[in-house]
This record gives sequence, structure tokens and C-alpha cells, in this order.
Amino acid sequence: MSLALRLIVSIGAVITVVLLTFGWMVERSINSHFVQQDVDELNAVVQSLAQSLAEQSASQTPDGLKRQLAAAVSGHHNAQFRVADSNGNVIYATPNSNLGRFSRLTPPVDTIDIDSVRIWRDKSETYRGAVVQLMQNGFQNGGPLTVAVATGINFHLHYLESFRSYLKIITVAACLIAILATWLAVYQGHAPLRRISREIRRIKSDQLHIRLAPETVPVELTELAVSFNDMLDRIEGVFLRLSNFSADIAHELRTPITNLKTQTEVALSQARSVEHYREILYSSLEEYERMAKMVGDMLFLAQADNKLLKPELVVIDLAVEVRSLFDYFEAWAEEQMVTLTLVGPEVGVQGDRLMIRRALSNLLSNAIRNTSKGGTVTVSMSATLDTGVLRVENPTPAMLPEHLPHLFERFYRPDASRQRSGEGAGLGLAIVKSIIEAHGGSIDVSSAAKLITFTITLPIPTCPKERRD
Amino acid sequence: MKLLVVEDEAKTGEYVRQGLMESGFVVDLARTGLDGHHLALTETYDLIVLDVMLPDVDGWRIVQALREAKSSTPVLFLTARDSVEDRVKGLELGADDYLIKPFAFSELLARVRTLLRRGAAPALNDQLQVADLVLDIPRRRAKRNGMRINLTNKEFTLLELLVRRQGEVLPRSLIASQVWDMNFDSDSNVIDVAIRRLRAKIDDAFEPKLIHTVRGMGYMLDVNSVS
Repeated sequence: MSLALRLIVSIGAVITVVLLTFGWMVERSINSHFVQQDVDELNAVVQSLAQSLAEQSASQTPDGLKRQLAAAVSGHHNAQFRVADSNGNVIYATPNSNLGRFSRLTPPVDTIDIDSVRIWRDKSETYRGAVVQLMQNGFQNGGPLTVAVATGINFHLHYLESFRSYLKIITVAACLIAILATWLAVYQGHAPLRRISREIRRIKSDQLHIRLAPETVPVELTELAVSFNDMLDRIEGVFLRLSNFSADIAHELRTPITNLKTQTEVALSQARSVEHYREILYSSLEEYERMAKMVGDMLFLAQADNKLLKPELVVIDLAVEVRSLFDYFEAWAEEQMVTLTLVGPEVGVQGDRLMIRRALSNLLSNAIRNTSKGGTVTVSMSATLDTGVLRVENPTPAMLPEHLPHLFERFYRPDASRQRSGEGAGLGLAIVKSIIEAHGGSIDVSSAAKLITFTITLPIPTCPKERRD
Repeated sequence: MKLLVVEDEAKTGEYVRQGLMESGFVVDLARTGLDGHHLALTETYDLIVLDVMLPDVDGWRIVQALREAKSSTPVLFLTARDSVEDRVKGLELGADDYLIKPFAFSELLARVRTLLRRGAAPALNDQLQVADLVLDIPRRRAKRNGMRINLTNKEFTLLELLVRRQGEVLPRSLIASQVWDMNFDSDSNVIDVAIRRLRAKIDDAFEPKLIHTVRGMGYMLDVNSVS
């Protein structure tokens, strides 16, 4: 259900209820006003009659009394009355009136008020009336006279009826106007939303730097604008990394592809011996191998960038891993005349065995490769309360401090002359960093006194007693 | 040995088939998932090489159908997606091994042979012999031409692997994985160094040379030299 419809329905319902209640109250009060008017008239008639009866003298003839009574209510042309004595004999009745039945059936009341008047219909006319008893003296046997008074209220009823139909029309019209006004207000109120939506639509992939201005939108939308900007930040970051990734790949693959192409073209430019062709194919194979490995590594990094690396966490004893890696690298290190040593206590961390092994292997192979002959690669371990720390330290001929922050960047090679000397594409340390970060750890590098130290921090598994499962 | 290769990429499929045929296998090549599905369920193969990403019926469904039909034919799947979920899924569905594209053919061949050997009863010989090289497996000792050769533990494991799979080209990654349990591409020339040292001990002073380098692919132990 749209927001506008929701608002219109609820506001329309409230306005309708309010108008109907208001109309009902007005109608009620007009109605009771009319009743009061009728009661006043009836009372006036009764009072006139009582006065007239009080003035009569005992000697008056019945005809004289009739005339006197007829004259007594001359001002109230709507009113009718009927006067009967205690024996039920009619003394006087307004001409054309028909109050006999009413008079007989209705118990007399002491005073005429809103609660005691009755309503009835006689032919086409509706009446409101009451029966009272009046004391009199001197007339006949002096018993009380029963007086029935009534007044026609058709006029009032017609007025009420037309008032009600007016009320209906006004209510409906007011509701329509209110709904229209609400719709307009809602539409106007949504203008900032439409503006934001237009602005958002404007943002194409090459304009990810555009941000919404949270201070120009209504307070209610500030939050939305801010979250949207945050989302754009993240998207822009990922987008940037992806573009850089593509650019890096293109750049790094261009060289080997150019080599392969040139080599193949030259080889084909004239007839050569089978050995020569074989040589070229072997050389190509090695180049392909390197490219495939680079693409594989780049894909691994791309997965890490996109948070797709999901380490399968187990408890790993770092010392065991380092020892088996030493075992693996031993022969090569010996040949390079590099000594491998491990110091420190056993440290158990939480991690994916394959990934951690890969990270440590990259670090060690980097260290062995960069250690000059006779040097020692030292791996040391320590543990704090919730982290395991592993340091790989090796003497290095000369490492300028300005290189340090860039060592974990892809394709970064501090020694420009060593580019493409067959020692990997410069992705090894970037992969280490990705793996360690995917484990919620951190990696750092520092150098001092011709020593370069990589420090890895990894979370330690929680103690069983602290585990809450 | 009859193999089925299901691969929709024309060139890859053709080269894999040619390579496997030249290595002595009979190979059927299916170019669509549907064909592969049909062949896998109707013919009998010793092993199936299956590309996961097929346009019509994907590799997972073929493995599933195969396992539902109670067939235990080993399946090696090829996946371009280097993601853990993919591998886990494949292995859970009943595949036996996987390779990530782009793969080296020598790697594929080595894996295929490993899988085919798995079914056969393991040769539990106490002694392995190639030419005048004799390995005493229980005592982990090697002799060449009657002379005892001192090998480190890992050197012996490496030599045993080469001997057990003589005549096969073993890629460096396979050697790293089987001997040192390093199941990832290590960019250093660790394997080359290890082989060089092993050669110095068992080949340098003797004829014929047994360990051969297959350029760009790996190493092989064989009595007859390759080239």
C-alpha cells in the first residue's frame, strides 16, 4: 500500500468521523431546541387557560366559558386543546382538533417539560402534546378539569429533515475536499523524496563520487541520505579496487603476452629445426605457467577483497606449522646458506590450516629469498591473553623505510631491477595480508638495524569455559 | 582404461582428449552437459573428467545422477571458480577430486592416474625396484647397485613417490602436496632443490640416470631417458 494512500485513507477516515459526530451533535441540539420551543408553547397555552379559568365566575354559562376559552389562546394558532370536566364531558375542544383519544389514553402530568411531552401522528400531521389537570372553582361541581394540549410540529420536522440532508451533502463535500487537500499535501510532502530519487538516478558508475547533501533534505530523510552516502562510499571503494585490479592485471599480463607474441612471430618468420621449435614451446609453457599462477593469485586476492574468503576455523598450533614449513624449505634454505630458527612457546591460534600455511609459506619464502648468505631467518612466537603473535625476522641488505608501507601492495617490488626475475609477481605479501585479515588478525612490518620484521597477530581460540554454546 | 571427458569449451576438450589418448587412455568427449549426462549413465567408464560450468546440465547434476544410480566411477571435476564452497560442494556430492582452471595438463594426468590407482588394491610390496635401485619400504632404506644410500626422511618419501609412479610426469605441485602436504602453489623452487639433492645421492655416481626433468611440467623417474 502506498504511503500516500495510507495517509489519505487514515486522514479521510478521521475527518469523516469528526464531521459526522459534529453534524450529529448539531442536529441533536437543534432538535432539543425545537422540543423546548414546543414545550414553552404548550406551557403558555396551559397558563392562558388556567388564567382564563381562574377569572371565570360561577355564574357563567357553558357557552360563555367556551368563548372565553377560545379567546384565551388566540395567540397560538398552531396549538390545539381540549378541556373536559372530571366526568369526561368535553367543555371545549379547538375546532378541527382530535384530542379525545389522546386525552383519554394519556396519564396527566404535573408539569410539561422535555421529558413528559408525547409525540404522535394523526393523519398527515405530527403533534407534540401533554395532558394536565387544572383546578377550577365554581364551575359545575368544582372537580379538576382535564386539559389536553398539543401543537403541530410538521414544520419543525421538515426543517430538521432538510437540515439533515444538507448535513449529508456538506459532510461528503468536506470529506472530498479534505482528501484532496491531504493528497496535495502528501504529494507536496514527498517532493524531497522525488528529488532524492532523481539525484540518485543521476549517479552512474563513472560518477560514484557524487554524494547526497543531507542538510538539504527534511530531517526525516537525513538518516536515509546519510546511509545512502555510506553505501556509496563502500561501493566506490569496491569499484575502485575492482578497476585497479583490472588495470593491474592488464598491466602485468601485457609484458608476458608481448613476449610470447614476439617470440612466436619471430619463430614463425623462418623455418627452424625441431629442437628450436621445442625450445620455443617450452619457453612459452613456462611463461604460461607464470601467467596462470598470477591470475590464480589475483583471483584469490579479488575474493579476499570481496569478503569471499571464508576460513574454516580450527585450532592450529603455530609451532607445528612453522616446523613443517621449515621441513619444506630446509633444502632450499641450506642451498641459499640461510639458517632457519624457531624460538618461543607453543602458540595455538584459530585459523584455516591451508590458508595459514599458505600465508606463513609466503612469508618464509620471502624472508629466505631476501636474506643474504650466512644470514638467519628467525621465527618467534608469543601470546597475549587473546592473540597469538608470530614474528618473522631476517637480515636484509638495505631496505629503505619508505618502502615499508607499500610492501603489502599488489605488484609492489622494492627493488625495481628485480622485476620479472622469475620470483613471483609481487603478490605474495598481498596474499599474506588478505589471509591474515580474513582471519580477523593483523600484519605489520618494521625495520631496524638491517633487520626486517613481519609481525602477524591472530586471534587465539576462546577457552572452553568461556564458550557459550 | 576408458575415460569420459565432459567439457563444453571446444579447445580445452580437444586438447584434454588428445593428451589423455596419447597417454594411453581411450577417451570419449562430450561437448554438452546433456550428452555427458547420457554417456555417464549409459556407458561404463573407469573415470569421468567433468567440467562444472556447463551451459545446459551442470556438472553437479551429472555427479548427483551418477551417485544416485549407485555408480562408483571416480569423478574428477574441473572448476574455474576458485572458491571453497565449490570444492566442498563437489566433494560432498560425491566427486573424488578437483582441479582449478587453468590447470596444467601434467597435473590433470597425474591426478587421473592417482584416482585410477585408488580403486586398485595397493601394492604393499616391502620392496620396490627400478633398474638397480632398490627401496626397502619398512626400513626406509635405499640401495643403488648394492650400495646403501643415506637419505633423509623426506628424501626417502620423495624417492618412494617417484618410484611408485615411475614413468609418470609428476608436477611440482603434486610432489609438494604428496611429500610435504603443501596443498597450494608455492612460488619458490623448493622442489627443484629437493630433486637436485636427491639426484646427487642416487643418480650422480650411477648409470643409467633415473630422475628426469620434464621441462615446464615436472619430474619423472624412468629407466629409459626421455630425450
